[in-house]
Amino acid sequence: MFVTPLNPLHRAAGARMVEFAGWEMPVYCTGIVAEHRAVRRQAGIFDVSHMGRLELTGPQALGLLQWLFTTDIAALRDDQGQYTVLCHLAGGILDDCVLYRRDEGRFLLVCNASNRPKLLSWTGGWQRRYPGARLADQTRGSAMIAVQGPAAPGLVADVLGPGLLALPRFHLGQGFFQGKPVLAARTGYTGEDGFELVCDSAQAPALWQDLVARGATPCGLGARDTLRLEAALHLYGNDMDESRDPFSAGLGRLVHLDKGPFLGRDALVRLQAQGPAERLVGLRMLGREIARHGYLILDGGRRAGVVTSGSHAPWLECNIALGYVESRLAEPGTRLQIDVRGRRAEAVVVPRPFYRRGAPGGHSRPEETTQRES
Amino acid sequence: MAKVPPELRYSKEHEWVKVAGGTALIGITDYAQEELGDVVYLDLPKVGARLAQFQKMGEIESVKAVSDLFSPLSGEVSAANQAAIDNPELLNKDPYGEGWLVKATGFDRKELDNLLTAAAYESFLAGLAH
Repeated sequence: MFVTPLNPLHRAAGARMVEFAGWEMPVYCTGIVAEHRAVRRQAGIFDVSHMGRLELTGPQALGLLQWLFTTDIAALRDDQGQYTVLCHLAGGILDDCVLYRRDEGRFLLVCNASNRPKLLSWTGGWQRRYPGARLADQTRGSAMIAVQGPAAPGLVADVLGPGLLALPRFHLGQGFFQGKPVLAARTGYTGEDGFELVCDSAQAPALWQDLVARGATPCGLGARDTLRLEAALHLYGNDMDESRDPFSAGLGRLVHLDKGPFLGRDALVRLQAQGPAERLVGLRMLGREIARHGYLILDGGRRAGVVTSGSHAPWLECNIALGYVESRLAEPGTRLQIDVRGRRAEAVVVPRPFYRRGAPGGHSRPEETTQRES
Repeated sequence: MAKVPPELRYSKEHEWVKVAGGTALIGITDYAQEELGDVVYLDLPKVGARLAQFQKMGEIESVKAVSDLFSPLSGEVSAANQAAIDNPELLNKDPYGEGWLVKATGFDRKELDNLLTAAAYESFLAGLAH
């Protein structure tokens, strides 16, 4: 099992550790609900060093990426990133990634930990057609830290430099910690403002401790999952996989058919013309039951789909899910049932995301007893 | 370390029993609530339901996952903790007090011998740690 450069800090803090995609990672430190609320209210800090970080360089790097991904990579400017997917020849999704252009011959690809081996072999295979592109896996030599929440930009700017405050969303900047450069991206996976930082492994513990000392709450993968679900951000392996295409998954905006040839394009042209048989929808439970990954979705007793992610939503204080349903049932307001371990639980299709930062009522919650603050 | 009050009896499924007169009070242990994390849903048997020792009596769900609840004794449910159903976080805050689950009557005291003493449960927990 791999460990991140922050592993000793997690253990010293008493975090509950689990195996995830071959890495030993914290699932929570104080508790999922407290960590989730700390991110919505103030700031949380996550070790995401397990995420794959692949660098593509050389004069044919852009050509290789244009062939692999469904979005138009040529539209990126220096220090700009985009959320994107890559598909196999039948149009199924191989992974969802954030791809950054550092300069015209240098790109950084951040992929799911679970898909890193697959992406390395897939990209390595197609690379033979692009001998002027080089691929390097930088995952093990560095650390990646996400700082998320309304107070996160201020904390990061205090530690790494005030210039980062002006960085637009999905852009890369550079900060300095103890005199050494830290890569800072205005991205995240929580539905909040914040940064994802990449630094040398040796620097990571001191950077983490500095941010925690300034008030960022250490969070684990548990809160990361509930936060992303409230924001209706897809989790690869749950909400999409190689059997789902971008149109079904609600990611049709990432398919740029007019950019020129790319992998899976022919299949995607066909799929777009047909329209998806099933679509990913947001579901809100009407009772107290919680839908979980794999539970069947029913329409009047007949199987109509499957839940792909489901949880209690700690900030919204209701139970929510994502799942695929027959396209005719995908309209918000549609009433469906979910088979919760043999019980029929009522649910309604609702617009995604469930939580939107800054939306009216988005931060208004009932008064509650004081949670532990860091 | 998880708290293990000396006066209670325990099951290997991490439920506890406290007998007072003809009534048995049943709940989950401090270890169980720590393992589960934030409890958000409880499905408890209704008053009058029959319990069978070590058989499923309900469900408990945390943010992470769902688990079955097992009855540590046979008997009949005389009360279910509505406060815990309404506020499942009571199980995390006070598993041996306000976070109790059900009360049972009509149980066989001999079944208590099938349960662990506090010392035996502590040894059992030590064996689970690795």
